[in-house]
This record gives sequence, structure tokens and C-alpha cells, in this order.
Amino acid sequence: MDVSADKQRINRRMFLKITGWGSFFVTIGIFIAGTVRFLFPRVLFEQPPTFKIGFPKDFLPAVPDMRQGTLRVYEQWKKDHSVWIVREGNRLYAIYAKCTHLGCTPNWFADERIFKCPCHGSRFYSNGVNFAGPAPRPLDRFRIFLASDGRITVDKSRIYRFRDFDKQGAYLYLEV
Amino acid sequence: MSRKKSLWKRIRRSQVWRSIFRHDYTDTRKNRILQIRSNIFLHIHPARIPSHAGKIRFTWCMGGITFFLFIVEVITGILLMFYYRPVIEYAYQDMKYLRFDVPFGIILRNIHRWAAHLMIATIMLHMLRVFLTGSYKPPREFNWVVGVNLLVITFLLSFTGYLLPWDQLAYWAITVGANMIRATPFIGHEGPFALVDKYNDIRFMLLGGTEIGANALLRFYVLHVIVLPLTAAVLVGVHFWRIRKDGGISRPL
Repeated sequence: MDVSADKQRINRRMFLKITGWGSFFVTIGIFIAGTVRFLFPRVLFEQPPTFKIGFPKDFLPAVPDMRQGTLRVYEQWKKDHSVWIVREGNRLYAIYAKCTHLGCTPNWFADERIFKCPCHGSRFYSNGVNFAGPAPRPLDRFRIFLASDGRITVDKSRIYRFRDFDKQGAYLYLEV
Repeated sequence: MSRKKSLWKRIRRSQVWRSIFRHDYTDTRKNRILQIRSNIFLHIHPARIPSHAGKIRFTWCMGGITFFLFIVEVITGILLMFYYRPVIEYAYQDMKYLRFDVPFGIILRNIHRWAAHLMIATIMLHMLRVFLTGSYKPPREFNWVVGVNLLVITFLLSFTGYLLPWDQLAYWAITVGANMIRATPFIGHEGPFALVDKYNDIRFMLLGGTEIGANALLRFYVLHVIVLPLTAAVLVGVHFWRIRKDGGISRPL
């Protein structure tokens, strides 16, 4: 009998060794994979990233006047969601109330029609574009879209920076 | 007097005594070695110590001090666990309770805190000493690697412990730390070559969510009191064992 040919054949001992160790490592592997999956919870008890702000008819364009201009800033979602809803012409967008300098929360000054950051004095026009202070870019915006129930929805998990302001989702086009 | 002595003798001759203490303690060379070798807590220590081991100006005893501080952390940590609950509603209150009302609570908490700070300092000095004396060189190179792992675990122990008081300092420090993890390559959702999003990256796995909340507090607690100390204890065992296997405590050439 040829010795080398005999060596290459899988004999009973080899077979048991391979299946034994194989099933051992497969079991360990499944256990590790299961443990890793275990650490990713399915349900989160966090504030959902999306919230609804109302129907398009709730955000009619401002009647242009000397004081308010054509822009309108809605403040009622700032406290809970750090969001200003702004209507500019036919566009509605959700401005993230977080200074692009170091992350403080700016304030809206209705009489001056600007946002001011209390920390280092950055200033932004009512559409969020910076014009003074250390802020390096305009205020970021959240995704805004019309949900299937006809209500406008803001998605805080998607942030648009200045260069993406004209992308779909960064604003909502309203007919009226 | 003589009755007392005979009682003592009887105790020492009893089976209970002899089953625990397997040799007598008269000061002979043999007994000195047996004292070390027959004791589970001492057997990791060499039975004979070379005279150069006492040269504290060479080793600074920094590894030993670090180990001592680790023991202090374990003992004070266990005691703190009797009063601390890792739940959002209670964590901060329990910390305050420990500080202001639990008997010896404030000193216990401060010992835990300062020993942790000191441990970082001594572990760095230990590393410096090992580097300066060249004690990382073969055959001790693997022990250097074990030591680096222990250093990382010590940092992680400090990091996880930092969240537990659940005050503003803790919350924002861990916010910053956890935000760094976003930038991990491949498995962090803001890192280079990110393969995952916010809901299944490495930060999500650590925090048990996308923000620092109840899950993060509980996870950091479990890591801080079980996972990391246990891993550290095992690695400390390996570290000490390798000192002996690699030629004993370091000495001047």
C-alpha cells in the first residue's frame, strides 16, 4: 500500500477530529455572534428622531410687511426639539438650533430678525446664514418632508450642511 | 498557664488545625519556603527572593503600588456597591446619600476616587521605569504587551467609573468620550470607511442606544464592577506569573 496516498485519505480519526473541533468552533462562533447581537437592543426608550409639526396650511407665507419681511420663524419646537421651522418664500425648512461654532443654543430675536448665540456672539440671519462672529457656516438643517398622512415631518437623524441646502429633503416645497 | 499551653498544643495537634496548616512555623529554611509554597495567596510569589529585589531605587515598587491601589479599589468599590444603584432615578441621589449621610460614605467614596487617580499615575510611572531600565527587552517583551493591556483596562475602568455619579460632569465627559467612538474606522458611523449607521455602530453597542441614557448607565456599571476588574485580575495574574518565568524581578545589570 502506498504510504503517501494513505496519508491523504481522510481516515476515521481525522474525520472525528475535524467534525469534533469543527462543531466546537461553530458553537463558540454562534455563541459569540449571539452575544454581540444581544448587546444591540431592538427597542429604544429614546425620543424618536422624527416628529410631526402640522399641515402645510399651518405654515402660510407671511404677509410681507416692513417689519417681518417675507420670512417667518416658528419657535414652538425649539424647547423640546431644538428646531426652528422657517418659511422662506415657497420653501419650508427646519433649522437646527445649535451654533455651528461650538454647539451652544442661539436665541431668536424677533424685533431684530436675527439669531444670536449667547456664548461667543455669532449672529445669523433669519434663514440661518451667519454674518458675524466666529460661526464658520450657516446653521444646519434637518430633513423635512410630507408624511403619508399629509402632515409635515421633521427627521432629526438626517442633518444637512450649507452645501446641501438645495438637496431634496433639506427643504419642503409648498405650493401656497 | 500550663493548662493554657496544653490547650494550645491540643489545638495544634488537632486534625482541623493540621488539615489547614500543613507544616509548622519554626524558622528554618525549609519552613520559610513551605510558607510561600503551601499558601495559595503567596504561591505566585517566588519562594526565594534575590537580594537585589529589595533595591527600591531601581524598581520604585511602582508595579507593586499599582497592585496595592487595585486592591484598595476592589475593596472600597465593593463597599460602595452596597449603597449605589445604577438607575437614572437613583444614581445621583445614591451618590449624594453616600457623600452626606452614609457612615464613612464620604471617605469611602474619596478613597475610591483618589486611589483611581493615583493608580493612573503609578501605572504610568511603572511604565516609565520599565522603559528607562530596558526591562521590556527579551525575554520580557510579552509581559510588556500584557502590561499595555492592563494600562488600557485601567483607563477603561476610569472612563466607565466616571459616568456613575450621573452628574453634569459625568454626563458631558462621557458624551465627549462616546462621541470620539463615532470616528472609529469601519465600525463607527462617522469614521472613515463607515460600514454602519447610527443604530448599529460600536457606539450604539457601548451605550445600548444612540444617547447616554439608562442603558448606558447600566452598561458602564456592569463593565466597571464586573467585566473590567475581572479581566484586569486575570491579566495581573499573568503579568506576575510572567515576571517569574522571565527571570524574576528586574535588576541592575
